[in-house]
Amino acid sequence: MTWPILSIVIFLPLVGVAFILTLRGDDEAIRNNARWAALWTTLLTFFISIFLITGFDRGIPDFQFVENHYWLGGTIRYHLGVDGISLPFVILTTALMPIAILTSFLSVSHRVKEYMIAFLVLETLMIGTFAALDIVLFYVFFEGGLIPMFLIIGIWGGKRRVYASFKFFLYTLLGSVLMLLAILAMYLHAGTTDITVLLTLGFPRGWQPWLFLAFLASFAVKLPMWPVHTWLPDAHVEAPTAGSVILAAILLKMGGYGFIRFSLPMFPAASEMFAPMMFALSVVAIVYTSLVALMQEDIKKLIAYSSVAHMGFVTMGIFTLTREGLQGGIFQMFSHGIVSGALFLCVGVVYDRVHTREIDAYGGLVNRMPLYAAAFMVFTLANVGLPGTSGFVGEFLTLLAVFKVNATVALFATLGVILSAAYALWLYRRVILGKLEKKNLMDILDLTPREMIIFAPLVVLTILFGIWPAPILDTSAASVASLVDRAHAALAAGQKAAFLMGGNP
Amino acid sequence: MYQAIVFLPLIGCLIAAAISLVGARQRHPGGEPPAGAEDQALDHGSHHAPAVAGGAVIHASHHETESHEAAAAGSRAAELITTGLLIVSALLSWGAFVYVGYYSHDTRVPLYTWIMAGDLKVDWALRIDTLTVVMLVVVNTVSALVHLYSIGYMHEDPYRPRFFAYLSLFTFAMLMLVTADNFVQMFFGWEGVGLASYLLIGFWYLKPEANAAAIKAFIVNRVGDFGFALGIFAVFALTGAVGFETVFASAKSLVGQTIRILGHDYDALTLTCLLLFMGAMGKSAQFLLHTWLPDAMEGPTPVSALIHAATMVTAGVFMVARLSPLFELAPTALLFVTFIGATTAFFAATIGLVQNDIKRVVAYSTCSQLGYMFVAMGVGAYSIGMFHLFTHAAFKALLFLGSGSVIQAMHHEQDMRKMGGLKSKIPFTYAMMVIGTLALTGFPFTAGYFSKDAIIEAAGSAQGNIAEYAFWLTVIAAGLTSFYSWRLIFLTFHGKTRADHHTYEHAHESPLVMLVPLAVLALGALVLGFVFRDVFTHDNGVEAFFRDSLFSASNNKLLEVMHHSPLWVGWIPTAMMAAGFLVAYWFYILNPALPVALARQNELLYLFLLNKWYFDELYDFILVRPAKWLGRFLWKQGDGWAIDGFGPDGVSARVIDVTQRVVRLQTGYLYHYAFVMMIGVAALITWFLMQGIAG
Repeated sequence: MTWPILSIVIFLPLVGVAFILTLRGDDEAIRNNARWAALWTTLLTFFISIFLITGFDRGIPDFQFVENHYWLGGTIRYHLGVDGISLPFVILTTALMPIAILTSFLSVSHRVKEYMIAFLVLETLMIGTFAALDIVLFYVFFEGGLIPMFLIIGIWGGKRRVYASFKFFLYTLLGSVLMLLAILAMYLHAGTTDITVLLTLGFPRGWQPWLFLAFLASFAVKLPMWPVHTWLPDAHVEAPTAGSVILAAILLKMGGYGFIRFSLPMFPAASEMFAPMMFALSVVAIVYTSLVALMQEDIKKLIAYSSVAHMGFVTMGIFTLTREGLQGGIFQMFSHGIVSGALFLCVGVVYDRVHTREIDAYGGLVNRMPLYAAAFMVFTLANVGLPGTSGFVGEFLTLLAVFKVNATVALFATLGVILSAAYALWLYRRVILGKLEKKNLMDILDLTPREMIIFAPLVVLTILFGIWPAPILDTSAASVASLVDRAHAALAAGQKAAFLMGGNP
Repeated sequence: MYQAIVFLPLIGCLIAAAISLVGARQRHPGGEPPAGAEDQALDHGSHHAPAVAGGAVIHASHHETESHEAAAAGSRAAELITTGLLIVSALLSWGAFVYVGYYSHDTRVPLYTWIMAGDLKVDWALRIDTLTVVMLVVVNTVSALVHLYSIGYMHEDPYRPRFFAYLSLFTFAMLMLVTADNFVQMFFGWEGVGLASYLLIGFWYLKPEANAAAIKAFIVNRVGDFGFALGIFAVFALTGAVGFETVFASAKSLVGQTIRILGHDYDALTLTCLLLFMGAMGKSAQFLLHTWLPDAMEGPTPVSALIHAATMVTAGVFMVARLSPLFELAPTALLFVTFIGATTAFFAATIGLVQNDIKRVVAYSTCSQLGYMFVAMGVGAYSIGMFHLFTHAAFKALLFLGSGSVIQAMHHEQDMRKMGGLKSKIPFTYAMMVIGTLALTGFPFTAGYFSKDAIIEAAGSAQGNIAEYAFWLTVIAAGLTSFYSWRLIFLTFHGKTRADHHTYEHAHESPLVMLVPLAVLALGALVLGFVFRDVFTHDNGVEAFFRDSLFSASNNKLLEVMHHSPLWVGWIPTAMMAAGFLVAYWFYILNPALPVALARQNELLYLFLLNKWYFDELYDFILVRPAKWLGRFLWKQGDGWAIDGFGPDGVSARVIDVTQRVVRLQTGYLYHYAFVMMIGVAALITWFLMQGIAG
């Protein structure tokens, strides 16, 4: 590759930021310029990111489009690259950003310029997180992404935005401090921060549990896993629609990505050791949060809790240490990115019209909004994991993988299949079906052309990836296979060593 | 050809759906929400409150008249396209039936790879063998007739394109189910028909009962699917494959293996089969997972005929037949299948005795007949179970569509206590219903006589306590079936009418488009049993017809043994049928006061039956309420009190105390956070630089 395509994709949004910064004034024309500038920037970024797909060789498990330049003191390098694990997330990010921007066209009307800048900066940081091949670079992107998100929730959020951000802050602070310490420790041991080197290094078995737990603290909060999930419902409820979309679709995925990129390959022994705990937490997340979702009175909160349950499948799949489980986990994250993003968009549609997220305030919308009802149905079914929608493939693969490893875990996790149907369809019934009796809903209007443009690709992708998941599964196959093989080789070597030493393996 | 059979309904579905969506758009053109900002909207609300209320009144009145709303544009096109495609598909299916069944052209049509990850490879492929083509014929024929019938039955409904789209969607999913070549594709069809059932039960979404029934159907089925899914996982864990061919080939090697679950080792095949059967129990509304089927009658009647009588509910039976290579090796699981089937056959028949809603009687009858089919499966007479599935599809669809014709004649009255004397008003429907009843009760030489009586005979010929249990329960249920079926006929068509004068006077026969399907099905109910009895019940015929599509272990000689069963075993179902008829005649024609008195005398028993053995109440008490309670508890106490209280809220309370003195709250935390992060990065970089100097 002769041109630095990853750098272009990462930093192109900042060019948009620069342009918006040159705009002066705050009249409607300027606001529109900011909106269109942001939209075109994200669209252009998306189109360029398509070259990543076309140029990507799926047969190679290694990092591609690699860029490696001198940065801080020579040790910390500006090192970028994508493999089959990170590429889907990069594309997911670039694809959803234009949708997030388009969603905000009318619903955000104050401080439009700043809002668009926050989103564009966020895009840079998110793509950077997935493409970074230096652990410090990763850390900067990973943690930096929180700042624009804070601003988005804190400035354009709802009534309890301060509380929500505070909660977010406390949770993440703890996690990130521990991860930073772990990164320091890793550097002490390895003398490098290069991820490609760290992946092959093999950390001492005695260190692995501590490093694992430190990374866990950060990723578990991010994903989020039970019991550190309680920031998510609050953050979602307070965030503006586009913020929720990006939060659910991409920011959460950084946690799962982190597990796959760092925890599993770098600390295989600890991963194996803690797998039962991870299973337990995943199963609790699936059952517990599904039950909680059942009783929610706020649409966004319900979807937020269902997100936690869906992420439970991801962690469960990842820690099976099998190809099916990992590919299932990646697919589940990708699919959840589309589906939960779309569900939050659905909430946004009615929120823009009625200005409430309370389930009881709705009912019978299908009578006035048939197209909206149809789109919502598709996403509801995907959320339920119906075969033929993208929601099925990931759930199925992770459950299939875990059954082989531990059938009891699969037994309890599969309960989520029943519960998800219960909360999702009950929500649909209360919001969409029945007679239209609420007075303020009598004049409600169906989707606008702009909203139809937003939903159309999401509906298509939800169904397409349900019946043809190959684009994502094939992309991740080689990298996942090599990761799993290496982890198992490391485990086998470790056991052999322990055996030779005469200790208990 | 096979692609055409399966995908024509999908094409029909997509066209009808497109018509439906375009029509919906024309009725409700979208628009931008009134002026964006939140505070403006609030102002707007307070200033114009009366106007909004006025608008509401107008809309409410509009709403009342909705049933007279004009049909969406293109309704006729949607009907004709979907029905036409289904008829083509049905004709092709009959061709396939002969070609595969009688000329032994089994085949596999690969389409493309669905899921490939790790060791798992799932294809989209059509498996065409005799078992498949039997189902193709059943599904497409009934579906085509129901499509046709619906043109008449739904002609007042403004949302017909949507209805026909759902019907065709259902048909497509059902076809994917029966042509599945692997467990996962079967699961796709399985859940797909569940979805279509959900959509169709809730088709009249203004009715709260319909919405409730739709959700109930989906969730109860999901309970079954929970088992089905686990069964698939177990199969994959044991054999490393999900394709039927591969799994069946390695089935023998699984005997004696175990699966460890919940700290115990269970026999792998038994556990797997029981889990898979759990799916069948849900889909086929068997005892314990039956509660959704009667409620599903809230959907339009053609739906009940297609989905909840002829096709979808028989999917469980089909599944056991398809997986006979696994079930044959798991005798304990088969005993359980027999037990559940027999219990359902009896249990549902007892409830059917006292129901007053015409559709619910037929629904419980379906539930009971499905129990019969499972008895056949359980004792190892797979082809006989399939035979009953085949004939039952005809006469039960006939009874449902006939009921629909009655309901329409009575202006959507379904309560039999408000009917009576309709014989002279709708004679054709009456004749058709009588034929259906004769076939169901097993009148000599009608369809049920061959298929249902064969099941009873098979149960009587099989060995063991459970088989004996099944035999007696199915015999008793045969009597009950005859009673409730004739009760339905007598209450509806005979005697003096109990309908109000206006309704009775205006009762009229249905249009031709509805009567033709009735006639076709009636023909089937009369002759199907006689025509196909050899290939389904005689051991040589079965061998030649089904070949490898059904598997019988080498020690399973049931079909042979049946020929030598005692004579009374063959006669007893017919005797029960006659007895049931006579009692019904006595109760409802000769002495109509008697059943009322009897119900009063045995009030407890009557209420027990009328309330369906109190299963709904029981489940509500032990499952639904606790789940809701637990959900609320975990939310308020778990998340709210425990996690937040000791976690962020508790900590933040302390932090706020500190922070307030340092910086203003709103911005403090952000800077604070950024500050910590920067310090960290700075420390890290410093460290590296020092290392560099030292090195």
